[in-house]
Amino acid sequence: MIEFIQLLINGILLGSILALGAVGATMIFGVLRFAHFAHGDLMAIGAYFALTVVTVFNLPVLAALPVAMLLTAGLAVGIDQVVYRRIRRVQPVILLIASFATALVLRSFIQMVWGSSNEVYETGIQLPWRIGPLTLKPDHLLIFVAATVLVIGVHLFLTRTKMGKAMRAMSDNMNLALVTGIPADRVIMWTWAIGGALAAAAGVFLGMDTRLHPVMGWTLLLPIFAATILGGIGRPYGAILGGLVIGCAMELSTLIIPGSYKPAVAFAIMVVTLIFRPQGIIKGSV
Amino acid sequence: MELAGLGAYALFFLNLVGIYAIMALGLNMQWGMTGQFNIGIAGFFAVGAYTTAILTTGPSDNWLGGFNLPFLAGLVGSVLVCLPIAWAVGRITARLRTDYLAIATIGIAEIIRLFFLNEGWLSNGTRGIPGIQKPFGVGNGGYLLVVAAFVGLTWLAVEIARRSPWGRVLRAIRDNEPATAAAGKDIARFRLQAFVVGSCIMSLGGGLYAHFVGFVSPEAFRPLYGTFLVWVMLIAGGSGNNLGAMLGALVVWLIWSSTEMLAGLVPTALIGSESAFRVFLIGILLQIILVSRPQGLLPEKRPPMPGEHRR
Repeated sequence: MIEFIQLLINGILLGSILALGAVGATMIFGVLRFAHFAHGDLMAIGAYFALTVVTVFNLPVLAALPVAMLLTAGLAVGIDQVVYRRIRRVQPVILLIASFATALVLRSFIQMVWGSSNEVYETGIQLPWRIGPLTLKPDHLLIFVAATVLVIGVHLFLTRTKMGKAMRAMSDNMNLALVTGIPADRVIMWTWAIGGALAAAAGVFLGMDTRLHPVMGWTLLLPIFAATILGGIGRPYGAILGGLVIGCAMELSTLIIPGSYKPAVAFAIMVVTLIFRPQGIIKGSV
Repeated sequence: MELAGLGAYALFFLNLVGIYAIMALGLNMQWGMTGQFNIGIAGFFAVGAYTTAILTTGPSDNWLGGFNLPFLAGLVGSVLVCLPIAWAVGRITARLRTDYLAIATIGIAEIIRLFFLNEGWLSNGTRGIPGIQKPFGVGNGGYLLVVAAFVGLTWLAVEIARRSPWGRVLRAIRDNEPATAAAGKDIARFRLQAFVVGSCIMSLGGGLYAHFVGFVSPEAFRPLYGTFLVWVMLIAGGSGNNLGAMLGALVVWLIWSSTEMLAGLVPTALIGSESAFRVFLIGILLQIILVSRPQGLLPEKRPPMPGEHRR
């Protein structure tokens, strides 16, 4: 039972990291109608941006977080302007291939600039809190709180601002949204910026929880897509729910099967979703 | 001496071009003809390579070996093992839209890689399976003939398929699915068939690869080598065109090999890691192709309709 609760805590932690990635991926999926395969590597590069800020300016990670989010948002918008924008009208599948190429370019860029070895934000061991038989690292609480704040921020953006409403409209019904005069190009830019910023946050939290590595984002791509599909594509709230479910399922699965098969668990949930409820928990728009 | 070295390199180079050409032809069956976005090539590649490795090596305590079967039996085994896997994957994914198929196939490839990585009794884990022999005791030169024969056979088979009524249905599905369904074709079944055939061709390529390199390990089946290069080849060569797929294999492998030299010229301090720099270049190259010439070097040509005279 204790082990179960401990794994559940880990699962919620992993789930909130996945949720941040999945919210961005699902918004890009909803507005631009393609699965962004470079999303995991966008997370990784965000984590590395934060690493540079931490080491150069000697700041704590949380202070580096906004900088990393801003830089990654800019990078995402830049990639869209240089590559995706030009092929958006050709065929959605060409966009998929292009995003696959972007993933590799980003990952090799990380290897070229920061090297391929493991990195950490802070060396030294953090003393975990002991609550009875359970252990909880202070970082974990920090990640959870910061993720919650970001999710609430996204919620406010989507429901209170004009741009957020336009984004939801485009995700719901593209043609209707365009007819009503929504500035598509600006909405797309904002989608990339927010998707990039959230990806960076997810990457930084992942780096705080474990370590930084060039393939750290790529290995989480599959669970993120699983969360996106489980929650219903184009549904930010579904993505949060999906992320938490997938995260907990991945951690709890280690009770039964070897831990190295964790990605397979996410994948299995995704396949079951696709077979029995392809529209996701909250009916997806795409 | 220089010339002999160059010749040996050319043999090595052409062998790999041939193996990649086979995989590009398999992908062309799925993507070029049917429009199925499979980015799990590495998975089928791995299945083929491991199957023949297990079937043809001698006994060992470290992995499931000792069958000592001949080369051709190993390749047949590769295709036969791939068949049910591809069928199951295709069955699940046949009705899915492109993006879902892409996500599903990449997941399957990763799981196949995890499986070979973790099931040590079967595949010797990270250490891989060494000592896979080339057939009939040939060297790289003789093996090139074997690979060339397989490329020729595969090309003939997919080209016949492309010109057949079956190939026409596949293209019809790709270009206009509702119209094809209205014409009474069972779309899911045709998609499944194309997926299985294409995957088995990839598995065959994997088998040939294992015998050429003589060693398989999970490292070789990362998405980069297994999947990404094949995609660049097909897109650069011209998807839908079988000759284009093979030309793409040659051109892209040439570029990929020459980036090694290019990376050697640039000081390491500037680029950090040579292999990362190569991937970086090839990724940029693909982006340039996609933006500037999405139809590839040899664009698809429609085969003549039955009874239609070429003028």
